[in-house]
Amino acid sequence: MVSSKDLAHHFDTPRQQFNAGKIGMWIFLVTEILLFSGLFCAYVVYRGNHPEIFVYAHQYLDKNLGALNTAVLIFSSLTMAWAVRAAQLEQQRALVVLLSITLLCGFVFLGVKSIEYQHKWHEGLLWASRYNPQSHEGQGHETHAGGDAAEVTAGDHDEAPKNVGLFFSIYFLMTGLHGIHVIAGMIAIGWVLNRARKGHFHRNYFGPVDYVGLYWHLVDLIWIYLFPLLYLIH
Amino acid sequence: MAEPDAASAHDEHEIAHVMPLPVLLGVFATLMVLTFLTVAATWVNLGWFNLPIAMGIATVKATLVALYFMHLRYDQPINGLAFLTALVFVAVFILITLLDSFQYQPDVQLYRDQNPVSTSE
Repeated sequence: MVSSKDLAHHFDTPRQQFNAGKIGMWIFLVTEILLFSGLFCAYVVYRGNHPEIFVYAHQYLDKNLGALNTAVLIFSSLTMAWAVRAAQLEQQRALVVLLSITLLCGFVFLGVKSIEYQHKWHEGLLWASRYNPQSHEGQGHETHAGGDAAEVTAGDHDEAPKNVGLFFSIYFLMTGLHGIHVIAGMIAIGWVLNRARKGHFHRNYFGPVDYVGLYWHLVDLIWIYLFPLLYLIH
Repeated sequence: MAEPDAASAHDEHEIAHVMPLPVLLGVFATLMVLTFLTVAATWVNLGWFNLPIAMGIATVKATLVALYFMHLRYDQPINGLAFLTALVFVAVFILITLLDSFQYQPDVQLYRDQNPVSTSE
């Protein structure tokens, strides 16, 4: 029933193999959470000390694009969880389709993210040492290059606090590290997608789909916190 | 493996629990509603209370993802234990850091007041 190719010799049963792999994946996810926690800690310390910077600077972020990306990631989490189900039930065609949709969502997320980064690049809204806003901090010229909806509300904060670049340092580090994880997740999904197309997975061997799924869900989980912390500051 | 294909809500599996499709779709719908709620919550100004609301909604969403999409509810408890241990250490990390991170602000402020040129951009 289980070919030796799919059951490593040091395991007795596919179930044992699956559970062992799963614990390994969870331990890895623990290290990922701790990696991100350093940035969350920096966020908490800086926001606690300089709330005015965060309130001022977050208005340069586009809530709509942030919400769109949240929805894209949640949807991709659904298709990923569904793909695991398909792998368990040997629904080969559904598995390939669902993994492809998940991968596509990854591209959409990165596309939206790159639009946001480009906009900030042109506006000079970069990390602290490069923070040099173009259309604000008036040097006489009041040309608003961006049609950002968020900037409408920026009107009642004419006076920029000091060191606004701090916010963008944290913003780029957090979203950047998250973005790297999205790319890593997409590579991993591409790998299982390729294996799924070759029909490698069946009832007794679907671990890789499950583990990659866990990783992808963790990426979603971190974004669930990044979105309100960076885009929805009040 | 000789079992006939059961109804989708009760898929049998030897190795691991299979998430029923209605549960997956229900969790997805709930997550989308919560995402809308967390955006909508910023339309009203509740002062300091906005942050706890945003974090509360995020935590409910994260819990749903962990329990259902990540299967923790049906898994061996040790996986959930590893996850919770990580969260405990994140809390320890952040809380202990916060113990003294506001301590030096008066000194920073004093320095800025005394050296207005060197600190301005």
